[in-house]
Amino acid sequence: MGIETSCDETAIAVLADGRTVLSNIISSQIDIFKNYGGVVPEIASRHHLENINGVLEEALTAAGVTLDDIDLIGVTDGPGLIGALLMGVSTAKALAFAKDIPLVGVHHLMSHISANYIDYPELEPPFMALITSGGHTEIVRVEDYCHCEVLGGTRDDAVGEAYDKVARVLGLGYPGGPKIDKIAKEGDPEAIHFKRVYLEKDSFDFSFSGLKTSVLNYINHEKQAGREINRADVAASFQEAVMDVVAEKAVQAVARSGMKKLVMAGGVAANSRLREKLGALCEKEGIELYRPHPALCTDNGAMVACAAYYKYKSGQKGSLDMDASPSMAL
Amino acid sequence: MEIKRTITIGSEEETRNFGLALADELAAGDVLALIGDLGTGKTALTRYIAEGLGIKTRVNSPTFTIVKEYREGRLPLFHFDVYRVSDTEELFNIGCDEYFYGDGVCVVEWADLIEEILPENTRHIYIEYGEKEGERIYKCSF
Repeated sequence: MGIETSCDETAIAVLADGRTVLSNIISSQIDIFKNYGGVVPEIASRHHLENINGVLEEALTAAGVTLDDIDLIGVTDGPGLIGALLMGVSTAKALAFAKDIPLVGVHHLMSHISANYIDYPELEPPFMALITSGGHTEIVRVEDYCHCEVLGGTRDDAVGEAYDKVARVLGLGYPGGPKIDKIAKEGDPEAIHFKRVYLEKDSFDFSFSGLKTSVLNYINHEKQAGREINRADVAASFQEAVMDVVAEKAVQAVARSGMKKLVMAGGVAANSRLREKLGALCEKEGIELYRPHPALCTDNGAMVACAAYYKYKSGQKGSLDMDASPSMAL
Repeated sequence: MEIKRTITIGSEEETRNFGLALADELAAGDVLALIGDLGTGKTALTRYIAEGLGIKTRVNSPTFTIVKEYREGRLPLFHFDVYRVSDTEELFNIGCDEYFYGDGVCVVEWADLIEEILPENTRHIYIEYGEKEGERIYKCSF
């Protein structure tokens, strides 16, 4: 069983043998957050509390099992919102204690990577992973099921965060990723040239803060000049500037490593432009690209269960004094 | 808020110098409120304060997790971004007072959103865009 409450989803799944999904229940709270322009932490914790028992029951029923059939519980113990994480960790500990079930805490990003094992039964490490989400933008070398090395990450804003902030400025609402992705399809990606930020040569780090500021400057400038802003063009041009850099760096990392596999992970992996760009680049370079189904890219319990399965198999176990950690290194 | 000094910052390098110098003055229990629009460089300034405190870990935006902790410097640094917080009650629920009255330094981005719960001794820096490209104006309450 996998339990995930690091951000706005209360999600629990039941898997068989680490890779076969028996149930994957997500109580999405996106509707609640639409009014706020972002995830509101206290609301997140409170709704996890309200949702979690129902989600648990549904996950067991849909899988056709009872708690007595569960032989491992995996839970996200970081990073994330502390109040939200604690809901999942407390639930997992209570179940583990009551039913004497082994418990494993897993890193949220390891879970995102593991989503690929579910969609691609033949996939095995090593491979390169590109993790893009609301809180992360990382290129990770995955050595085996439990070990990986971060080659580069964002120095300021995460991709998803840059999307949320630009969406807010454009008045598109939350969540910014899907909104910008959608409206960008009607816009011209070449309409406005926003500078691509590659940082130092050979660096796999990212920086999106400057791009965010450029978009803001552009909008303010146009407004001052009394010109109407074409939101679709701004969205498309912004998206192009982000994804050019993300896709190129990811493919460069794979090429330099000598690996032949690139795995996408995290909520932004559902972005259609990123999928297109990586698809084209990987084909050119002879790299095999793994793109999990969008439902497995966003936060879910199945990926947590899968990551926990491999962590447990490698001999790592959690204990009942496990704690949630809001800032946890991979 | 009474403004004691106004500083024109012309470049990222000057932001760094300001951050490093400020870090030297900080003591346990200090709270710094950074107030300024999107893109004015609040996270960038925090990064240099962290550097000045001797923190080697990369400091990036805490928007997603609200607060990030860095404990390897001269003093612990608690970096807040309350941009997504809609009322102060929510911050209490994630234990902000334990940070504000704790053993480290708190830097709070978008602090104007939670002004009423900031400690009395909070030092404010209002950051505005300058006239020139890349220029920022720091208005400090200390």
